[in-house]
Amino acid sequence: MAPVLPATASAAPAARRRGRAAYVLLLPGMTWLAVFFAIPFVTLFMTSLQQPVPGKSGKYAFGLEFGNYVTSMTEYWPQFVRSFAYAGIATLLALLIAYPLAYFIAFKGGRWRSLLLVLVIAPSFASFLLRTYAWRTILADDGPITSTLNALHLLPDGRVLNTGIAVVAGLTYNFLPFMILPLYAALEKIDHRLIEAAGDLYASASTAFRKVTWPLSMPGVVAGTLLTFIPAAGDYINAELLGSTKDRMIGNAIQTNFIEFRDYPTASALSFVLMAAILILVFTYIRRAGTEELV
Amino acid sequence: MGARPVEDLHLVSLTKAFGDMVAVDDLTLTIPAGSFFALLGASGCGKTTTLRMIAGLEDPTSGSIRIGEQDVTGLKAYRRPVNTVFQSYALFPHLDIFENVAFGLRRRRVKNIKPKVNAMLELVQLGPMARRKPSQLSGGQQQRVAVARALINEPDVLLLDEPLGALDLKLRRQMQIELKRIQTEVGTTFVHVTHDQEEAMTMADTVAVMNAGRIEQLGHPAEIYELPRSAFVANFLGQSNLIEGQRQDDGDMVTVVAHGVAFRLLRSRNAAAGGSVIVGVRPEKITVVDAADAARVPDGHNQVAGTVTDVSYSGVSTQYLIRARWGQELIVFEQNVIVGDRCDVGDEVVMHWAPEHSFGLDGSQDVYAGVEPAVLELEAAQ
Ligand SMILES: Nc1ncnc2c1ncn2[C@@H]1O[C@H](COP(=O)(O)OP(=O)(O)O)[C@@H](O)[C@H]1O
Ligand SMILES: [Mg+2]
Repeated sequence: MAPVLPATASAAPAARRRGRAAYVLLLPGMTWLAVFFAIPFVTLFMTSLQQPVPGKSGKYAFGLEFGNYVTSMTEYWPQFVRSFAYAGIATLLALLIAYPLAYFIAFKGGRWRSLLLVLVIAPSFASFLLRTYAWRTILADDGPITSTLNALHLLPDGRVLNTGIAVVAGLTYNFLPFMILPLYAALEKIDHRLIEAAGDLYASASTAFRKVTWPLSMPGVVAGTLLTFIPAAGDYINAELLGSTKDRMIGNAIQTNFIEFRDYPTASALSFVLMAAILILVFTYIRRAGTEELV
Repeated sequence: MGARPVEDLHLVSLTKAFGDMVAVDDLTLTIPAGSFFALLGASGCGKTTTLRMIAGLEDPTSGSIRIGEQDVTGLKAYRRPVNTVFQSYALFPHLDIFENVAFGLRRRRVKNIKPKVNAMLELVQLGPMARRKPSQLSGGQQQRVAVARALINEPDVLLLDEPLGALDLKLRRQMQIELKRIQTEVGTTFVHVTHDQEEAMTMADTVAVMNAGRIEQLGHPAEIYELPRSAFVANFLGQSNLIEGQRQDDGDMVTVVAHGVAFRLLRSRNAAAGGSVIVGVRPEKITVVDAADAARVPDGHNQVAGTVTDVSYSGVSTQYLIRARWGQELIVFEQNVIVGDRCDVGDEVVMHWAPEHSFGLDGSQDVYAGVEPAVLELEAAQ
């Protein structure tokens, strides 16, 4: 080690003071996390292990009832599967719709960019519930969409409303801005000269897209799909308003257990399983997408 | 490298207008195969636009581009036997150096890429960097990757858009030598765009001086320097003393009278058709003697008496500013071959030079064309 110079020694207390200042600045954030994340997390976990108090319905006491987890998985696995399937399809659809849109705004938007972005989020100014409810009208049995699709014999059940299709449509619509915005942010950063360079190096327009634009937009794709998939997988409003009882998602199961059955332990266990499943999916996904390879 | 015959590049009446702005104006020129061609001009004169049209990144408003017998004007960029080293390098940030260099080969489905890429990385001395990302390289190294990435495709023509612009002076000098070495080794036609006249002169076989979308003069660097054919070239490529006068009488030499002084120049070195002529002479061609020694001036030399107004010593040479009787300041470079024999500010002197070192330009031009704006401001302030 280098010899310690007097200057270093006298500078040390100042550095320590600065270090302490950093911790003080972290305090509000840490408190927030403790109060609104760590404590509820532990409480929820403890609730998920509670046992019913015999003779008193709706009352639960401390316990180590891992059976709640068994129930939540054996009884509710169809809802889990449906949640991930619906959320997955909706995410894919949102990506297909959002990518060209974000691409257009970022590369061709010119001075209209900001306006176009505002238009993307403008629907969010109206209530989520209201907008989802509006889809009941859009997809109504005698509405233009359903009639057209029926005329083309594209609907097996003869209707859209109260089917899985309606739920997926609602999810896609509701979470679309969460897909568009990160995609736009990633695409907007791409230096146009890189695409020219690809053209100069014998890449056709489509090859230049595959080899340059798409990989460089990957951070936006990953962020967008996560921001869409995670809330969509846990959503219950769309299934509630647009689906039938056969199209219920895990969010609905948690909601009914909590609000209607007042079976807090099962609801908590379901929440925990959902959280774990999402975490596993997300980590696998991020590893596969290899975003750490990107700049 | 390529056993394929290299072809000349022809630009024929090439024009590009952006709205009312004519960026490139009726450019016609031939760039011989295998030459190192420099396109020299001030910022905004249309150099990049010219290159982009050759590369196929910009469509010409009119005119055509041929490589050998093949008309490439309508070809898409990815179908042209031309590659570009971009002004900002434009390396792919998500690919490592190897993949950046291999990009063009992969697109053309060339077999057995690895030895080719490695050989190219050796050529630009970046062998050990193959698996790094562009962001992990210095400016000079990135520059060489950009050259390697373009050159590996064995293009008929390599276009370089101010490739050294982002480097510091020392690295620039080093890379100039490096680029010249690479060009000699591969024998590809290099079209090198620069606004640095020294860079153009030291590197190129042929220099084209471009001004406001047109080529002012084209030729070997020494040829253009010794005999500029316009005031812009005389000022932009090195420095010149330009004196406006009237043609008097023609013997075997042209005599021009300016401010009561007669200047003689060779007929072959006079570009002026009319009676109004600008007499020019390069600063290093002038010899300065003390006014008392005026008798020592050789017979037949052009001479101007004046007062020294500024002396700046730079080791190799000394630069004098000398005010002629009519108020114009002339610039003189004198090599410091004799120690201690220098003029001082205020000295009365006589400048003289051989008639064959004068050149004549058309008198209708602005004598300040092509002078750096900073120099003009300085003169205005004095
Ligand atoms: N895409 C464009 N749209 C409008 N004007 C342009 C465009 N590209 C270049 N120009 C104009 O054309 C002129 C020449 O530009 P450029 O070829 O880039 O010059 P240089 O490379 O010599 O500095 C400039 O005045 C520039 O403003
Ligand atoms: Mg330029």
